Amino acid sequence: MKIPFKYIFRSLFTRRLTTAITIVGVALVVFVFVAVLMMANGITQTLVATGSDDNVLIARKAANGEISSIITNDTYGVIAALPQVARDADGKSLITGDLVVIINLEKIGTEGGMSNVTVRGVSTPVFQLRPQTKIVEGRMFSEGAREVIVGSSIARRFEGAQVGNTIRFGGDNWLIVGMFDTGGNGFNSEMWGDVRQLQSAFSREGAYSTVTFHLGSPDQLDAVKAEFERDNRLQEFEVKTEQQFFADLSEFMSIFLSALGIFITSFFSVGAMIGAMITMYAAVANRTVEIGTLRALGFRRRSVLAAFLIESLIISLTGAAIGLFLASFLGFLQVSTLNFGSFSELEFSFALSAEIISAAVVFSLFMGFVGGFLPSIRAARLNIVNALRSA
Amino acid sequence: MKVLKLIWKNSMRHKLRTSLTIFGIAIAVIAFGFLRTVVTAWYAGVEASAANRLVTRNSVSFIFPLPYAYRDRIARIPGVETVSFANWFGGVYIDKNRFFARMAVDAGTILDAYPEFRVSPEQFDAFLKERNACIVGADLARQYGFKIGDIIPMDGDIYPGKWEFVVRAIYQPRDEKIDGTQFFFHWTYLNERMRAEMPGRAGEVGWYIIKIADPADAASISGQIDEMFVNSRAETKTETEAAFQQSFIQGTSLIINLFNFISFVIIGIIMLVLGNTMIMSARERTKEYAVLKTLGFSGQHIVGLIAGESMIISVLAGGLGLLLTYPVVGAFSLVVPKSWFPVFYIEPSTIVLAGTAALLVGIAAAFFPIQRALRTTIVDGLRFVG
Repeated sequence: MKIPFKYIFRSLFTRRLTTAITIVGVALVVFVFVAVLMMANGITQTLVATGSDDNVLIARKAANGEISSIITNDTYGVIAALPQVARDADGKSLITGDLVVIINLEKIGTEGGMSNVTVRGVSTPVFQLRPQTKIVEGRMFSEGAREVIVGSSIARRFEGAQVGNTIRFGGDNWLIVGMFDTGGNGFNSEMWGDVRQLQSAFSREGAYSTVTFHLGSPDQLDAVKAEFERDNRLQEFEVKTEQQFFADLSEFMSIFLSALGIFITSFFSVGAMIGAMITMYAAVANRTVEIGTLRALGFRRRSVLAAFLIESLIISLTGAAIGLFLASFLGFLQVSTLNFGSFSELEFSFALSAEIISAAVVFSLFMGFVGGFLPSIRAARLNIVNALRSA
Repeated sequence: MKVLKLIWKNSMRHKLRTSLTIFGIAIAVIAFGFLRTVVTAWYAGVEASAANRLVTRNSVSFIFPLPYAYRDRIARIPGVETVSFANWFGGVYIDKNRFFARMAVDAGTILDAYPEFRVSPEQFDAFLKERNACIVGADLARQYGFKIGDIIPMDGDIYPGKWEFVVRAIYQPRDEKIDGTQFFFHWTYLNERMRAEMPGRAGEVGWYIIKIADPADAASISGQIDEMFVNSRAETKTETEAAFQQSFIQGTSLIINLFNFISFVIIGIIMLVLGNTMIMSARERTKEYAVLKTLGFSGQHIVGLIAGESMIISVLAGGLGLLLTYPVVGAFSLVVPKSWFPVFYIEPSTIVLAGTAALLVGIAAAFFPIQRALRTTIVDGLRFVG
């Protein structure tokens, strides 16, 4: 016969302080576990949202990120002539050659310090290629002028990066004429200018970093890839969907954070498990007479084992719930860090996902099980007569 | 000294609980030590900086080059002993996961500027004589099995094309603080090829390394160098090597703060586990404390007993944890490629921090039980039923 759930539940309230302490311990472990995974996920989500899967981005095969990729004018010409490049209503090719460089800016705030900001030289079709990008303040830069527009994240976080200010780089002063917002993807952490202006300012005439164009339809991707393999002039370059390219930039950071986070959390989760074990052992020791009584009444050993195990699992699940609840508030936080993949600043939010939640639940159940197992066995193996006598 | 004996006996009363507590805390201490080691490894570049080295780079950002012509002008400044330079090569060796630092350097001056890289004279001569020779760090050689005479092929990205280098020298880092995973080759080789293939990019230097005679002159010489190139096409920013290394870390301050936050959480957990145990032990002995008080022992003695037991556990656990941190850190650096964390060792500051934390936690965890023991009157104590 099973021990009534009510008994198990109410037993938890007899040792309130120690039970509460154990729950807090589990909650802390789960909080850290979830926070680190949310961070890694946030970075990935931001970068995945940066590209569309019906745009194609071409970079040099060996390049580690956009800043070390070089595509010359000749190659640009070959790419622009591909039949898969979509055209808009006026017959203009939806293609942009981007020049990507990094400049140093000072961060706003008490910590201050410098960080790297991506400056991207783009051509006018860029807004058709990346329609989530909207100018929210000021105006678009004019071709032929030393003007730039800033992503909303940069305007928020860096000194002198607001509309109306000038920034000095490339031997000249650049006026910030507008601010754009992309709904929270990687481009929010960039500054955009006219590619020809930037090329001349940095003596990079005739060279781009990457080339992006819009596909007529997503299934033309394979045809494009085949063309790149076939054509000698395109051998050194790699084709990916824009989304895939930026997602890959998040890989290193994401794996690094997740691996380190999980490794450390597993370690100190042992501390929480020990805490649970100690609490459960004490619970068994204090309720020896009770257990003897239950057994005398006819409850089987395995019911006693199950009862204590379930108690332990309830403790750890409650801790997990609290930890998850607190961690979910992190989702309101927008933070910024250097992304190793692109070597420049990236703003992102902590992002919770179904996988993270289920991982946390499984993790806490594991902690509760391991912590409660040995004490439950001890409870189950008590000899009835000795137990009843031990009062 | 009977008190100590009593404290010890008290701890040993519940061997299982005491040993579980010690074990749990020790594991948390290992986690703490490991995390701090990761944070200090982050700062390895800053730690390894020399006070008499300055770095001059393009003021816009690190990725823009400086003209080779600057070299002589910098060398003429009084107080400058050696001017060396390097370019970040980047590129890919076999695949993008095999990352290590690859740089084209001024062969004649680089070892002068970096005496902490030790190369035998014969090997260095061999390196000087061959155009496409390279020097690899001892740790790197061990990781990839490079030997003298091996040919290392690379795919360039910043400097496009297929490249091949011959290993002619292996440098030994002076001590564990120095990065032994770097790869150097002749700047002249890089420049030659640029002149032939992309003439617009010949004569480009990534950054200058300036060894000065007196570290005290660092600020003034930095100022003089930057003055010299103000309003030119490539304005410079000169700073001490430590500041230069620091600038790389500043962008990642979020992650460092995250790690520090996790360290505090770990301490919190240690406190909870120890506190939990102490509360339980103290509660069980409520009657005994009442008896002791009846016999005439003062509150002070009770405090001593409880605090003493708490401290013994925390000190034992802390010691055990610190001892075990060494093999854990050792295992980590064996498993993880050296080029990810080139410098990974336990600093004295980590040991001190962990030790202090253990002591403080020992005191803090005894707080509630002590409070309760002092407040319970003798009569209530004698009456107490588990």
